[in-house]
Amino acid sequence: MRRFLAVTAMLTTLSSAALAEGSLKVYHWFEYIPQELVEQFEAETGIDVTIDTFESNEAMLASLKAGKLGEYDVAVPGDYMVQIMRGEGLLDSYKPEEMSNFGKIAPEWLDVPFDPGRQHSIPYQWGSTAFSVNRDVYKGDISTLGIIFNPPDELKGKINVLDSQGEVLALGSLYLGIPQCTNDRAQLKSLNDMLIAAKANWASFGSDTAKDVLVSGDAAAGMIYNGFSAKARAEGANVEYAFPKEGYVVWMDNMVLLKNAPNRANAVKFMNFLLDPKNAAAVTNYAAYNAGVTGAEKFLSESILKSPENNPPKGQKGEFIQACDQETQKLYDAIWTNLKK
Amino acid sequence: MKGVRHYPGFLGITIVCLMVLYFPLMVVAVYSFNASTSITAWGGFSLRWYVDVFTGPEAERFGLATWNSITIALIAASLATIIATAAALAMIRGGRFRGWKATYGLINLPLMVPEIVVAVATLIFFSTIGLRTGYLTVLLAHITFCIPFAYLPIAARLSGIEPRYEQAARDLYATQAQAFRLILLPLLGPGLVSGWLLAFIISLDDFIITNFVKGAGMETLPTAIFGSVKQGIKPNIMAISTLMLGVSVLFVSLSYLINQRGRSSASIKE
Amino acid sequence: MVGPATDRPSGEATYARIVRPLLLPTWLVIGTLLLLPVLLMVVYAFLTKEFRGGVEWKFTLAAFEQFFINRGLFGDEPAQIEWTYINIFWRSIWQAALATLLCLLMGFPAAWYIATRRPETRTIWLFLITIPYWVNLLIRTVSLRFILRDNGPLNEALIAIGIITDPLPILNSNLAVQVGLIYSYLPFMVLPIYAAVERYNFTLSEAAVDLYASRWQTLTEIVIPVVKPGIVAGAILVFIPALGAFLAPDLLGGAKNFMIGSLIDEQFRGSQGNWPFGAAVSVILMTLVLIALLLQARGARRPS
Repeated sequence: MRRFLAVTAMLTTLSSAALAEGSLKVYHWFEYIPQELVEQFEAETGIDVTIDTFESNEAMLASLKAGKLGEYDVAVPGDYMVQIMRGEGLLDSYKPEEMSNFGKIAPEWLDVPFDPGRQHSIPYQWGSTAFSVNRDVYKGDISTLGIIFNPPDELKGKINVLDSQGEVLALGSLYLGIPQCTNDRAQLKSLNDMLIAAKANWASFGSDTAKDVLVSGDAAAGMIYNGFSAKARAEGANVEYAFPKEGYVVWMDNMVLLKNAPNRANAVKFMNFLLDPKNAAAVTNYAAYNAGVTGAEKFLSESILKSPENNPPKGQKGEFIQACDQETQKLYDAIWTNLKK
Repeated sequence: MKGVRHYPGFLGITIVCLMVLYFPLMVVAVYSFNASTSITAWGGFSLRWYVDVFTGPEAERFGLATWNSITIALIAASLATIIATAAALAMIRGGRFRGWKATYGLINLPLMVPEIVVAVATLIFFSTIGLRTGYLTVLLAHITFCIPFAYLPIAARLSGIEPRYEQAARDLYATQAQAFRLILLPLLGPGLVSGWLLAFIISLDDFIITNFVKGAGMETLPTAIFGSVKQGIKPNIMAISTLMLGVSVLFVSLSYLINQRGRSSASIKE
Repeated sequence: MVGPATDRPSGEATYARIVRPLLLPTWLVIGTLLLLPVLLMVVYAFLTKEFRGGVEWKFTLAAFEQFFINRGLFGDEPAQIEWTYINIFWRSIWQAALATLLCLLMGFPAAWYIATRRPETRTIWLFLITIPYWVNLLIRTVSLRFILRDNGPLNEALIAIGIITDPLPILNSNLAVQVGLIYSYLPFMVLPIYAAVERYNFTLSEAAVDLYASRWQTLTEIVIPVVKPGIVAGAILVFIPALGAFLAPDLLGGAKNFMIGSLIDEQFRGSQGNWPFGAAVSVILMTLVLIALLLQARGARRPS
């Protein structure tokens, strides 16, 4: 027993020995950065990179709040989560002078609502969330969110929606043409009623399975992220990704500097490295979304440049999911619970 | 003699049980050989995912995760079985004592508390007392939640063994330790095996608690697999799973062969 | 569970006193590593929710109010009983109870069959039952999903042999959840029962048969009372985890309705970030389970 304790104690000291200078701890989504790019960074700087993964923005927030803050240097939260983490005081800030590539941030992604002027974060990848339809099953017009919320007969009972409060409520609000964070009773009531009526036509809620249900044919239409839909198409499903006329959700994942980062200097180096257009393009070529960096286009592969999922028709507008204030959020939480009770 | 042991249909139900348990694994095995990146659409036969497991960009990560999972499960299941056996002795043979109910509740506590609550609470606790998350914290958490899974089969077994066996041994001047080691332990055997096996598979499968109490960069197989889900499960996960099955079958066959050999040499001695 | 042996004078009583300290490791491990954190969670249930996860150290009963009292969507209607969460509990309880019963009906014969094999092959049978669990539950559940699909192997086989003409819509139904629960927890029933039956003294059955009892009578009146500790242990190991399960309901049931597991998970890892409410739901769940366990343990301790 004692020997066993000694061995495990040794193991833990070994694993924390890497905490010394020259290391970097990244809290990231799974398979969202090409391994070669990480190796290139390690070779160029001699910094040892450790990547840890989380499965959702909220799960990351919970684990940081429960005690993991101070363990990681950078994380990759989505747009609204940057705003939440900023409000929670979980982020450190940096000065533009600290990164030589700061000027490469595309102008439209510089002054973003969730981090005005980019004091805590840099763009990582952005994409959209709407829905896809299996064209073998339904051949009609799919340019409206009504496909999901008031589906034609062919699609009734064959729809998968994301099991995610933010996306479902935001798309529902877009469909009704109401703001995402409203206190207006009539509007909230109509959203609540519309969702409950729509649920009768849905087969399932699932985020992780969003792609597989379309490929397998379990669902004929489903809410989905654009890159996920591209993968479904690549796997042979005859699906078309829609950019609905009422609008769709735009999201951006950002690399943020975490508070109490054990290796802040290395973190800034890494963020700067990722802003290099060539490196940003390498991420895009791997993840099949879009970089938020000027000059990345010329390093992109043909299939990414021409991907229908990545090129919304001109004039269609996307909206970020908004982080509501506490009182308003309570109402939306109640609507979601009501929908899934 | 055979008559009272045999119930018609029990073999049939056993076969149904095994079919239910193994049928989904056939899907796993088949799709690990899929040439495409899908786990639902067949794209022809290929060994590419097995090559990927050993040489792909994630090879090192999955290798380490597998090693962590298996070592943690082995250590946690063994320690939990020891602790649970001690507890069962006290609970079943200890007579009536104050706090019996409280202890009974405590032993079953890991079963009763929802996993996510254990996860968040344990992480808060570890970070409050300043314990760095890593291999050790995962191991400690696993030992804890494995205890009831080991305890229940062992206690069920022990309560079927009358105290007179140990008593007889003691009457013949065996020490407490001898009575336990020579008489009770062999009788407890099937309970210990059942308890250890349950603790082992519970540890091997745990995701939520591990995910919270593990340190940066430390990965077990479930945390590695759950991470991959967001990007869509690829057949490489199926290949890893099939390899794990292969390893377990190998492990079982080996232990069977060793057992058989030991038995036959023992019978020669007799 | 199983009660302690009744005290007998002298030797037994001494022995009983000697073995009691063996509880020390259990108290040490579970007491520090789990009881303390859980007590903290119990405290959390009575604290004020911090927006987006976490707590403020201000006492409130808000979480329990949310559970039991319904004041409408905007919180200004007259207070009524809140059925939402009670229904979620009810849904989870009957699913778990049914899964426990079905696991018992399948698991008992299997355990019996294994326990009556030759001693050297029994361990192999046990391994056969547990080997599938070397593969992660998530992967196994995804595969089960594949099998149950409308155009999956199960439906195709049923159509091929002519039992049905149209595929059965099993996926995304309560039936699928049930199949998933049984699949997830079957060995947790088989192994404890095996451990008990293996010890069964078959001369008891022979005596019963000699007294003209039928097989069925022997089973229900002689065997089951004797191996009851194993059955109870198995039922606990299936029922309680099944109550909080969320992989099977999410992946097979389509996640259309909350179960206890997904409701609690949503409060910590979902967008609601309401830790006190998650803690309160857990406290209510734990209280119910503890009461059931202790009632059952009390019944078992009474001399029959």
